[in-house]
Amino acid sequence: MKILVTVKRVTDYERKVKIAPDGSGLVTEGMTFVPNPFDEIAVEEALRLQKQHGGEVVVVSLGSKDAIQQIRQGLAMGAQRGILVESEELDPDAVARVLVKLVEEEQPDLIIMGKQDTDNDANQAGQLLAGYLGWPQATFASKVEGLDSADEKAQKPGVVIEDGKATVIREVDGGLETLQMDLPAVVTTDLRLNHPRFASLPGIMKAKKKPVREIPVAELGVDVTPKVKTLKYEEPPTRQAGVTVGSVDELLEKLKTEAKAL
Amino acid sequence: MSNVLVVAELSEGSLKRATETCVTFAKDAAARTGGKVHGLVLGQGVDGIAQELAKRVDVVHVVDQEALKDPMAETYAQAIKAAADAAGATIVTMAATAHGKDVMPRAAALLNAGMASDILGFASDEGMAMRRPIQAGNVIATVELTSDIKVISTRPTEFDPAPEAASPGEVKALSVELAPPKTRYVKFDKIASERPDLTDATVVISGGRGLKEAGNFPKLIEPLADKLNAAIGASRAVVDAGWVPNDMQVGQTGKVVAPNLYIAVGISGAIQHVAGMKGSKTIVAINKDPEAPIFQLADYGLVDDLFKIVPELTEKL
Ligand SMILES: Cc1cc2nc3c(=O)[nH]c(=O)nc-3n(C[C@H](O)[C@H](O)[C@H](O)COP(=O)(O)OP(=O)(O)OC[C@H]3O[C@@H](n4cnc5c(N)ncnc54)[C@H](O)[C@@H]3O)c2cc1C
Ligand SMILES: Nc1ncnc2c1ncn2[C@@H]1O[C@H](COP(=O)(O)O)[C@@H](O)[C@H]1O
Repeated sequence: MKILVTVKRVTDYERKVKIAPDGSGLVTEGMTFVPNPFDEIAVEEALRLQKQHGGEVVVVSLGSKDAIQQIRQGLAMGAQRGILVESEELDPDAVARVLVKLVEEEQPDLIIMGKQDTDNDANQAGQLLAGYLGWPQATFASKVEGLDSADEKAQKPGVVIEDGKATVIREVDGGLETLQMDLPAVVTTDLRLNHPRFASLPGIMKAKKKPVREIPVAELGVDVTPKVKTLKYEEPPTRQAGVTVGSVDELLEKLKTEAKAL
Repeated sequence: MSNVLVVAELSEGSLKRATETCVTFAKDAAARTGGKVHGLVLGQGVDGIAQELAKRVDVVHVVDQEALKDPMAETYAQAIKAAADAAGATIVTMAATAHGKDVMPRAAALLNAGMASDILGFASDEGMAMRRPIQAGNVIATVELTSDIKVISTRPTEFDPAPEAASPGEVKALSVELAPPKTRYVKFDKIASERPDLTDATVVISGGRGLKEAGNFPKLIEPLADKLNAAIGASRAVVDAGWVPNDMQVGQTGKVVAPNLYIAVGISGAIQHVAGMKGSKTIVAINKDPEAPIFQLADYGLVDDLFKIVPELTEKL
């Protein structure tokens, strides 16, 4: 089975990005970059499925040349090879259209992506790709018994593949939904699908020798004109810190008379 | 024609409040495009919902087919595309619920439309630029869609539900030819709860890792929530630990809530959590660590042991 996994290079979610004084962009200088956390979960799931079913895991990233670092992290976890599509920052629609092209070339049985990239918070690319390909989709994949389960301890995948079909548990409003899809299909990950492994030192060494194909986006002949244009970046309104109260009685008093929240 | 199409969402046989909030956005959008507000109801046996939605919009398209019995992105996206064509819609919008997030980007692909997710509203009184949060809500971006058809998901907490109009709109049946689905809906395991919906509740009590163990949700948080008729939320840490269902996670990658009163119990206030609750009117934090970031945005902070404070608070209410 061939699995394509996408990994986006994003700013470290533990640090706050700065906005350029004129609001024209974000200041990424001096920021540290990480693989999108949902994409690490995607790589992990792909590796577990590969262990069960054999085949190959290919890590794809679109972005600057530096995104090769995030591809190497996926390779260090255990994926076999990488594809870096060199481009400017693309909107999710352009990402999906470029991926359509790669899917035509690679013919994977399954594509696993994150549900959302923590920079842009779009939550679109996987669904767009499935729509363009006409493939079934299961977004927000989870593990039925959660991260505390025996299955997770045994490093079993949450996605079940049998007879050319994938069964996926999804996190939705009000509960968990189960879908079964014919392969090929697109899955996007939620937080409760698995605990991604850390790359081992030998893994990191091996990753340096694994093949990564680098393609300038122009060579793929895909129109990447964005459909979403960002005009301005601003700080959100900030909330003022309030007061510290000394007792439950004082809290209740304030909630009743001052905030009128009770 | 440049109408606005609102895709409705059903919850246990009635119209979701989130859809009514999206109608409010749609009215604003229609005023800008000079079009009308159309609604779309998908499912099986949904005529009653269509009548309900018609109280708030000009025209309702209803696609009542067995193949749409279960909400699957694969079939729903096709029906949305067909309805957008039938409605002459240049804007297609839905609330950014789990279902909206799943189906709308797929519909955008079929419509060759650009999509803006989780919109807070328009950026100014004129034009079509919109505001949306990025970077866990640390940045607000003003975005514009350059495609002819625009797909937009709206953040439910940012809009009031649209009121009923004096006279209901027209309901039109639409039949859509769907490709044979490659997805089968196996089942839905519902989380049974008698409490108000997290995203609609006027009071939300959320618990975090400070509660130490799963059993302290029923022991401490539930009695307090009972007193206040509150919904219960949680931080990612405790959802990951399996103490409470996934559906209770508040934050950047969970639910966004904006109740009248939010009480954070044993939650540190990581930016990912704050992204989902900072729109609350009044925020109370109970945490024993005076340095916890949650105090930077709480209106009322109580620096103390939650195991002492929560029972006392419950008793005195
Ligand atoms: C990609 C990604 C997405 C994420 N999305 C979300 C999200 O949507 N929502 C979310 O919540 N998090 C999210 N997180 C996780 C987030 O970064 C934090 O790890 C998480 O919110 C911490 O949960 P917590 O506050 O319960 O735990 P902690 O940070 O461990 O805080 C526990 C708090 O309890 C206090 N405490 C301990 N004992 C007591 C006591 N006896 N009395 C009073 N106080 C006590 C401590 O002082 C501490 O402040 C995400 C992270 C990533 C990487
Ligand atoms: N530039 C990119 N490179 C690789 N993967 C991406 C890129 N952009 C988006 N993705 C994938 O699409 C998912 C959803 O992203 P988004 O729609 O931007 O929130 C991410 O978790 C990634 O798996």
